[in-house]
Amino acid sequence: MSDHEYTPKSKVGKWFNDRLPLLTLANHLTDYPTPKNLNYWWTFGGILTFCLITQIITGIVLGMHYVAHADLAFESVEHIMRDVNYGWLIRYVHANGASMFFLAVYIHIFRSLYYGSYKSPREVIWIIGMLIYFLMMATAFMGYVLPWGQMSFWGATVITNLFSAIPLVGESITNWLWGGYSVDNPTLTRFFSLHYLFPFLILGLVVLHIWALHVPGNNNPIGIDIKKPSKDTVPFHPYIVIKDAFALLIFLLIFAFFVFFSPNILGHADNYIEANPLVTPAHIVPEWYLLPFYAILRSVPDKLLGVIAMFAAIFVLVILPWLDTSKVRSTVFRPIYKQFYWFLVADVLILGYVGAMPAEGLYLLIARVATAYYFAHFLIILPFLGMKEKTIPLPLSITEPVLGGSTDMAMARNNSDFKDKL
Amino acid sequence: MSDTEKKKPNRRDFIVTATTAAGAVGVGAVVWPLVDQMNPDASVKALASTEVDISAVQPGQSITVLWRGKPVFIKRRTQDEIDSARAVDLSELKHPEKDEDRAKNPEWLVMLGVCTHLGCVPLNDKGDYGAWFCPCHGSHYDTSGRIRKGPAPTNMEVPKYEFVNSNTIKIG
Repeated sequence: MSDHEYTPKSKVGKWFNDRLPLLTLANHLTDYPTPKNLNYWWTFGGILTFCLITQIITGIVLGMHYVAHADLAFESVEHIMRDVNYGWLIRYVHANGASMFFLAVYIHIFRSLYYGSYKSPREVIWIIGMLIYFLMMATAFMGYVLPWGQMSFWGATVITNLFSAIPLVGESITNWLWGGYSVDNPTLTRFFSLHYLFPFLILGLVVLHIWALHVPGNNNPIGIDIKKPSKDTVPFHPYIVIKDAFALLIFLLIFAFFVFFSPNILGHADNYIEANPLVTPAHIVPEWYLLPFYAILRSVPDKLLGVIAMFAAIFVLVILPWLDTSKVRSTVFRPIYKQFYWFLVADVLILGYVGAMPAEGLYLLIARVATAYYFAHFLIILPFLGMKEKTIPLPLSITEPVLGGSTDMAMARNNSDFKDKL
Repeated sequence: MSDTEKKKPNRRDFIVTATTAAGAVGVGAVVWPLVDQMNPDASVKALASTEVDISAVQPGQSITVLWRGKPVFIKRRTQDEIDSARAVDLSELKHPEKDEDRAKNPEWLVMLGVCTHLGCVPLNDKGDYGAWFCPCHGSHYDTSGRIRKGPAPTNMEVPKYEFVNSNTIKIG
């Protein structure tokens, strides 16, 4: 991984490093050459790592007080809130931490979409990232079931019933998922078990995600390949570490605002009513971070096709590196794609909004148009745009626009004297 | 290997194939219990039937009972409701079923109170057909519990049930 050999200075360090090269790894992570033009959108990788660790630590603590049983779960959550020392704090950090985690992951994903970080040679990083995202959704969903409130119960019922859309074996699969004929105690206990497991799978994938990142190195805001290490790079420590830490502090301010001032604003009041299999709440909505997919599910009038559309909305992201035919990574140099990018952002926000509204009348119509546009963006616009779009010439290096002294990059590019100097 | 000639299977190939096959059976035998443990267990299956006293239910009234963790609607229908259910032309239905087949005793409609879309509990006396309406994704059911409008694919399911006597229904 590292371009240079590393030898620890101390004798003990050398002895240990010869047997397990952990110090070489630490040195690689410290010296790791990073493009020097990374902006604040690149700090979300670090923020996400922080979120995952926070969820794991608070989750392990909550697991010491929570009881995974249909008759006791709701009460044990209230016990955590009222009796356990600082239980309210730990639970609110965990519950809002999930929302913060998704907020950060959406920014991280849209950063990739804007700067073309999913393109060659970073496809594997992207796919691992999508796997992480999928596991995050599964983990968050199962975690939301654990308090065994009305939204927990009915959310679990609706989502597990998605599988009943599968022809022939649908019913057997849902019974298998439930461990019965409806969502009940066996469902709760297995969700608890898996909710505990999945974050560690995510952690493993995060290691692979970072490993895969360190092979080609970071993409950067202008999306060109750079020499590493060179005048275009800075070592990860201290430059990026400090920048990431500063961004994390700002992020923590927002996090703390939710935890201390409006801990329930992102949840649903219905979840403070204990689960009742006889009464469905008037309006079932998933957590905000799943709303766009929920809108896609509901926009299709057929049950099976709705489920297929919802999963396809995620799968289309996985194959994105092959749908986007443009060789230019950064949107900075793609004037037409830039507009479509912002259309997509608006489209996803609209889907999220209508996902929270009742599926009828105008909302349903908007959801259908937005769903159609979502798929059109990936399946029609991206492949064709990559072939047709006239992109702005790329600079030769990160420093060129600054040090080249020429505002006209195309002219600088054609100037052979200039090229030789580089 | 560079030679493209077909190699005659020898004793080693036989051992490899046999070992692989035995290994696959072994893996299957280990995986199946791990998968099957998630299926409904004996205690869940034991709760397969329930008896309900219906003597207090008045015409037009509906009660909801829990059977295998799911709500079951027991509705004592009025003559109007029976007539409107029986008057429907089968060709209008998304999932054609005669009301006569769904309610053997026309006065009593017994069915799972579970929307066939994604499993919510529909609300009574609501919707375009004056019967059931699912608040989750807007499925409308008629007075026979048949899907008329909305995303649900089929009618609400009629479970196996029998009248033990004129006042008691046994579901399951």
